[in-house]
Order: sequence, then structure tokens, then C-alpha cells
Amino acid sequence: MPTITLRLNGNSVTAAVEARTLLVDLLRERLGLTGTHVGCDTSQCGACTVHVNGRSVKSCTMFAVEADGGEVTTIEGLATDGEMHPMQKAFHESHALQCGFCTPGMVMSAVDLVRRKPDASEKEIREWLEGNLCRCTGYHNIVKAVQAAAKSARR
Amino acid sequence: MATEGIGASVLRKEDRRFLTGAGTYTDDVSRPNQTYMQVVRSPHAHARIVKIGSDAAKRAPGVLAVLTGADLAAEKIGNLPAGWQIHSKDGTPMVEPPHPALAHEKVRYVGDPVAIVVAQTKDQAREAAALVEVEYQELPAAASIAQATKSGAPLVWDQAKGNVCYDWHLGDDAAVKAAFGKAHKVVKLDLVNNRLIPNAIEPRSAIGEYDKATQDYTLFTTSQNPHLIRLLLGAFSFGIPEHKLRVVAPDVGGGFGSKIFHYPEELLVLWASRKIGRPVKWTAQRSESFMSDAHGRDHVTHGELAVAKDGTFLALRVSTLANLGAYLSTFAPAVPTYLYGTLLAGCYKTPAIYVEVKALFTNTVPVDAYRGAGRPEAAFLLERLVDLAARELGVDRAEIRRKNFIDAFPYQTPVALQYDSGDYKATLAAALDKSRWQTFEDRRAEAKKRGKLRGIGIATYVEACGIAPSAVAGALGARAGLYESASIRVHPTGTISVFTGTHSHGQGHETTFAQLVSEKLGVPVANVEVVHGDTSKIPFGMGTYGSRSLAVGGSALVNAADKVIAKARKIAAHLLEAGEGDLEFKDGKFTVVGTDRSKTIGEVALTAYVPHKYPAGLEPGLEETSFYDPKNFTFPAGCHVAEVEIDPDTGKTDVVAFTAVDDVGRVVNPMIVEGQVHGGLAQGIGQALYEGALYDDAGQLVSGSFLSYTMPRAADLPSFQQGTNTTDCTHNPLGAKGVGETGSIGSPAAVINAVVDALKDLGVRHVDMPATPERVWRTIRDAKKS
Repeated sequence: MPTITLRLNGNSVTAAVEARTLLVDLLRERLGLTGTHVGCDTSQCGACTVHVNGRSVKSCTMFAVEADGGEVTTIEGLATDGEMHPMQKAFHESHALQCGFCTPGMVMSAVDLVRRKPDASEKEIREWLEGNLCRCTGYHNIVKAVQAAAKSARR
Repeated sequence: MATEGIGASVLRKEDRRFLTGAGTYTDDVSRPNQTYMQVVRSPHAHARIVKIGSDAAKRAPGVLAVLTGADLAAEKIGNLPAGWQIHSKDGTPMVEPPHPALAHEKVRYVGDPVAIVVAQTKDQAREAAALVEVEYQELPAAASIAQATKSGAPLVWDQAKGNVCYDWHLGDDAAVKAAFGKAHKVVKLDLVNNRLIPNAIEPRSAIGEYDKATQDYTLFTTSQNPHLIRLLLGAFSFGIPEHKLRVVAPDVGGGFGSKIFHYPEELLVLWASRKIGRPVKWTAQRSESFMSDAHGRDHVTHGELAVAKDGTFLALRVSTLANLGAYLSTFAPAVPTYLYGTLLAGCYKTPAIYVEVKALFTNTVPVDAYRGAGRPEAAFLLERLVDLAARELGVDRAEIRRKNFIDAFPYQTPVALQYDSGDYKATLAAALDKSRWQTFEDRRAEAKKRGKLRGIGIATYVEACGIAPSAVAGALGARAGLYESASIRVHPTGTISVFTGTHSHGQGHETTFAQLVSEKLGVPVANVEVVHGDTSKIPFGMGTYGSRSLAVGGSALVNAADKVIAKARKIAAHLLEAGEGDLEFKDGKFTVVGTDRSKTIGEVALTAYVPHKYPAGLEPGLEETSFYDPKNFTFPAGCHVAEVEIDPDTGKTDVVAFTAVDDVGRVVNPMIVEGQVHGGLAQGIGQALYEGALYDDAGQLVSGSFLSYTMPRAADLPSFQQGTNTTDCTHNPLGAKGVGETGSIGSPAAVINAVVDALKDLGVRHVDMPATPERVWRTIRDAKKS
């Protein structure tokens, strides 16, 4: 089995993985980071979105070995010193989550959007989020949360 | 406490764990020494099982057990029961075929479980499952209502002649006939209510754990109602003592009805765990969810509305064929009957109504309650007929509704329900105002200049929720009571634990219920912890569905709080050396009226647990439980207005504006109420424009993944405009009606009414759901041809 080393939420992690092991399975099953969720088997729902080298990636669509040497951030690594990331706070304040299952992926995806395009319009936000399914919120408050977080990022 | 009590948009207490990845969903739970189960499912819609060869699978690496329906039958393990019995017109009970957890002898839908493989790892279980050799003899299938009702159709069950489960009716046939005889016009419509797949984003999951030493069982499961699952497993399917079974539904990632039901896998993980002596975990892959979660809707209906010349509704006649799938799921028989036929009065004074429903078995996955459950089907039919009536009489669509609205309460409908309160005219007026109904024609004209067809549609609805008065439900065929429970434990230091039989899987009960306690007992929301979802902790409760949690569970909680106050008053009176009647309880404090002498609820609680100076004969402690059985259903109502724009070249329909004004009774947390409405609207718009479960003629599920089943995505939906127009429920202590399902009930009809309005100049009178680009494009093309 190949051995890989990556920086995960700021810590160095070394693991022996099967070549076929998906990044999400490494995170959830081996490393106990269950904040990253699996909602489908066709790379459609986006619940498993994490950051790899700063970009949002569906961790069900990538082999763990592909993250070798890389930097991976999951939802567990987004807060700093117990202080939630502005996007997490915006989701809380805008009631942008209900059951919470799509939330980690939605937040990770939204953080990447605001990094790339802090002045995204409502239309651009909605189009960006097309890779993340939510069944609870109708996206209404998610869009509001992303707008609020983007606004505070521009300040 | 006004900033935290009833009416305040308190931010949710549960958010932090979800936002930081610290939620605990069933698949996040790992038990020591855990193993993994994979289900082998039928690839055929209908077939005889000739032989199951499991030798190769048993020899595969890591495999601990391979079990089949024959093993289940040999151990005489029971069937999954239906929770509701419907009787046909002629008084005979519905046909109730057995529903084993693993199919035995025959499979009846694609996805029907035939065997399980348990192995050391998930991958090993999956690989070995592929080695189970099932020899099938294929049989012809009846995979749709059309196929199942053909003469000579293949029978899903030999005992169900014509594939009919029951042939039910409600209402006064003779009165309807008489009214039709006198009608100025009869408006007729055939329509389909499309089959939907609930698709909570968290797939179903279950972990079974048997402790040989104590003979205790624990089941972790993605359920909306853990006690109901314990009861069904204990008393019916698995047949183990209830007190030896703990059911935990931890954080659950959405339900929408699909996680109410008792599913085979819940039994299978427990059974397998008992066999191998280790915990057994199963989590559905999404493709399994598509073929094994109960689907929703799936009706074919003919409706006729008799109207007078002035637009007064005289009578309604409805004939519906309802698809129940291959087996009866837990609540399935009730959905197209008492949750559908009883709602056909809607907001209107139609004096005579008659509805017939023939429920059919087909070779498809079971169909059961999905958000709205019967009520969206009723509203869709009624509101389409009303729009057609307006059109055929040449009267305004808002005016014909206004004219026929029920305007005096209580109102006894001709289909068994008695509405307690409502204000339909004001709700309609608010929705028309917010949606800029009056100026719509300007927007239509402007769109036309851009080559777009713009339309606007109204739909009103009434739903019956707060399910349900037990005696009434029992008389209608329910095999369970439908009360709810709540306990309040005031701790010695004055903080509070609340134990509720309802289950929160997105609804925010941990916040809303804390607000209720805060309002009643005058303690901060931060000092109230709401516990739910674990049968070892909470009182027996019926769970969350049918928009019942606040109206029924919240009422239980309010009554429990009143009991706490009553006992605390005795203690406070003793401490203050005053009569109980001289005390006022406000903002968490008992005060001797007209004095400044008072005791806080915290001081009283401490005394209750350190009862040194204490009333004679009073038990120590401050903990109270209440079971609340509702006196009636509650009747949320509303008016939804959709505005759509159609590209005639592609048929693509965009919802450009959507307004919902709802009466959900007293609102505890407006922010959460708005969120519930948003989600319901997305599902309703999804039904109208995007979603549809498709089986081919052989019974293969064609829409079996997110690639082929269109879930509404962010760019497919508008931002919503919302309002509430509240009339209190008159028969529960909160005045609450319920909001969980409203969004999905009014919206499909509003959208389709708008689509038809956009196409009206082409002579189009109906478009079936989902109004996909292809369907709309074909409709336009056919209309232009004719």
C-alpha cells in the first residue's frame, strides 16, 4: 500500500492507503473527521467538499493518493482558536442551515467562491453553488449568508 | 425574556455543531469491533427466486455471514407491518400482503432486498455481495398505474385481484349527482400527480448492536420517530421485548417523511448483530436510496367541478388511482385516503364532494408520505380545477376564489374535517399585494417584447396537520395513537432539561422548544437543553411528521411547564409563607402580590431537591411529564403566487418570482418558520418543474441517480417573498398550527397555473408535472399545430 503524507488542518499526517481509497474515506473512516459527509455516489451533491491546496474539491472524486504532499482543509479546520470562520458565522446568523448535512460542503464551497470572487452577484453565487445540493433551505438563506460573508470580506 | 420567548427569531442553538463538522449522524457513529452490511438487491421488477448461491461470497475475504430470506423465514422473523388499515367501499379490509425484510420466493421491485452480506470492512462486504449468485426466473411486471390497471395485467400479489389494495370512497355521491344535474357548467380535468423521490441529503443508515451478556439490543437509525421504530421492531417485525431495545436517532440529515417508516435494514442489522455477536453497520449508497427509500405522490386523477353561472362551486367529484408500490409501507394506506380525500374542500364552501380512490400495487418501490403527503395532491387538483373554472366562465381567478372562500368558522366540510379558524380573504389579499398581481400585465407585455411568455398563477390551500386526535385517527384506521409527550426536568440549580418525543432533523426544535420553556418558566434559552431521539432518555413519543411537532409536541411541553409551575407554586407559597392564590408567577419569579417578596424558579428548584423547609405531603423534586392528545387536526392555510417566464424556443421555464403568504397559527420563531417555508417551496417548485421518478415498462428505475433525477439547484430557484397572516388554532394551548409542509402544498399548483397562464393564448389548458423544457416545448409545438 502506498504511504502518503499531507498537511491536514495544519497538522502533518502520514497514512498507508490502498490506491483505490477515496480522499473522503481516508478522512472519515481512517482519520475520524466525520464532518465531511457523503450524500451521493455520482459526485453531484457536494456534501463532501473540502479544500485541497486552497481550492474546493469534492473529496469523493479524488483518490487519497492524489492529495499526497498537499494541504487539505476540512470543515473541522475552518475555525481558528474556537472562533468560527466568517462564513460559518454568516450561515448561523442567516439561518442558512437546517438539518446540517449539506452544510460542511456548502460552507467549504462558499469560502472558495468568496476567495475567488468577493463581489459575486446573487446569480453568480447561485451558479457557483450548483455543485452543492441542499434539500432543506431552498438555498434562499444560503445565498443570503454567502452575500453577508462576502460583504464582510470586502470590508 | 421577550427577546428569547415566543415570537423572537432566536438564532439556533444546534447550529454550532453542524457548522463545525461536529454533528453526529448515524454514519458518523462507529461502534467498537463494528462490521459492515451490504444488501444484495433485486435487479428485476418481478421475478421468482430460483436459487441463491452464497458459497463464493461466504469464502470471500473478511466475510462473516451471508443471510437470505429463507434464513429469515426459517427463524420465523416477522414482517414489516402497515400502520393504517383502510376499508373499501364494500366494507372489506384492504389487501395486506406480507412484507418480509428479505424477499422470499419472489422479488417485487428493483431494489427489493434478497440477501445480506456482513464482512469486516465496507469494501469486503461490497465485493462479496457481488459474488452472491441469485438465479431468477423473470416474470412480467406491472410497473405503473397504467400497466397495473390493464385487463390481464400481471399480478403483483395473487391475492390482490386487479392489483387493487383497496377501493375507498368518501363523501355524498347522491348529493354530488344532484348538484351536477343543476350545474351551469362542469369543468373536467385529467391529471397526473408525479412520483417523487424524497432525497434527504443524508442517506439512510443503521447500526445494530446486540449484547450477548445482557441480551440488550441497540439500534442507531436515521429515523424521524425512534419510539415508533422500537414499537414496530419489538411488537411486530423482530419480536423482541421492547424494554431490551434502545433506538437512537442521533442527528438526522433531513427526512421529509421518508425517514418515518420502518425499513428492512433496521431489522437486518439487529438480526445480523445477534448472529455474529458484533455491531453491524449499514449505510445506503445514494443509488440504493433511489431504489429503496419510499417514494411519494404518484396519482392519476379525473376531477370534475360543477359551477353555477356566477362562479359558485356546487359540487366536486374526484376519481383517483394511487400507486402504493409493491408492499405497504408504514403509513402508505392513509396517504391517498384520509390525508387526501378529506382535503378536497380546500378553502372553499363547495357543499357536496365525492371522492373515490383505488389504490394499486405495482412492481415499484413502496410509496408513502413525502412532505405534504396527500395534501399537495388534493391542492393541486382543486386549484387546477378552480383556475379552469375561472377561465371557462370568463371570470377573474382571484375573484372566483374570493367568492367561494369559507368565511365563517368553525366550518364543517363535506369530507369529514371541521376547520377551526382561518382568514382566507386577508391571506389572498396579502399575497396578491406582495406579488404585485395588479401590475402583472405590464410585466407580461414587457416579457413579450423580449420574446418570452410570462404567466402568473395563484394557488390556495388548506392542510390538516397537527396529526392527530388519537380517537379520530383510530376510527379512520390508524393502528397507533398520535399524541405526543414532553418532560421538563428542572435541575437543583435551576437549569432545565427538556425531553421530547418529537424528533428534530432540521426543524430546529432544540431552539424553538427552549424558547417555549423560556417563555413559560422565565429562564434564558441558554439554560434549557432539549433532548430528543433516544428511547433510553425520552418519554414514549410518536415523533415528527405531519407538521405535528409544535402543535402537538409543543402543546405537551406547555402543559408540562404548567405542571412544573403548579408544583413550584406550592413550594414558593410555603417558602414565602403566603397562600398559593396570593402568588403571581412572572419572568421566572413567584411574587406575593402587592409586595416585593419573591422567590425565583431557581430558588424554588433548589428547595425541591433540598427539601428542608418544605410543604408537608409534597414529593421532593421538580420534574413533570405531560402527554398531549390533540382535540382536532390543525388547519394551516395559505396563498402562493408564482410568476414564470417561458422561452418558447426551448420550453425552459424559469420561476422569476414567488410569493407565499401562510397562516401557520402562532409563530414561535419567525426565522425558523421562514426557513421551513423556503424548503417546502423548493420541493414544491421541484415537483412542478424538475422532479419525476421514472420507471420503464420493465420496471427499471430510469431516474436512479442525481444525474437522471433533477433536484432543484440554487440557480433553478428564485429568492422567495414571504408573509404570514396569523389566526390562532383554537384548540391547543399554543395556538400553533404547523409549518413543516405548507411550502410544498400550495406551490406546485401555483407554478403550473402560472405556466398554463403563460401559454393561454395558445389555447393550452393544462400541463402535467414536471413541466420540463421538453414537455413545455412539445406542448407549445402541439398547440401551434392544432
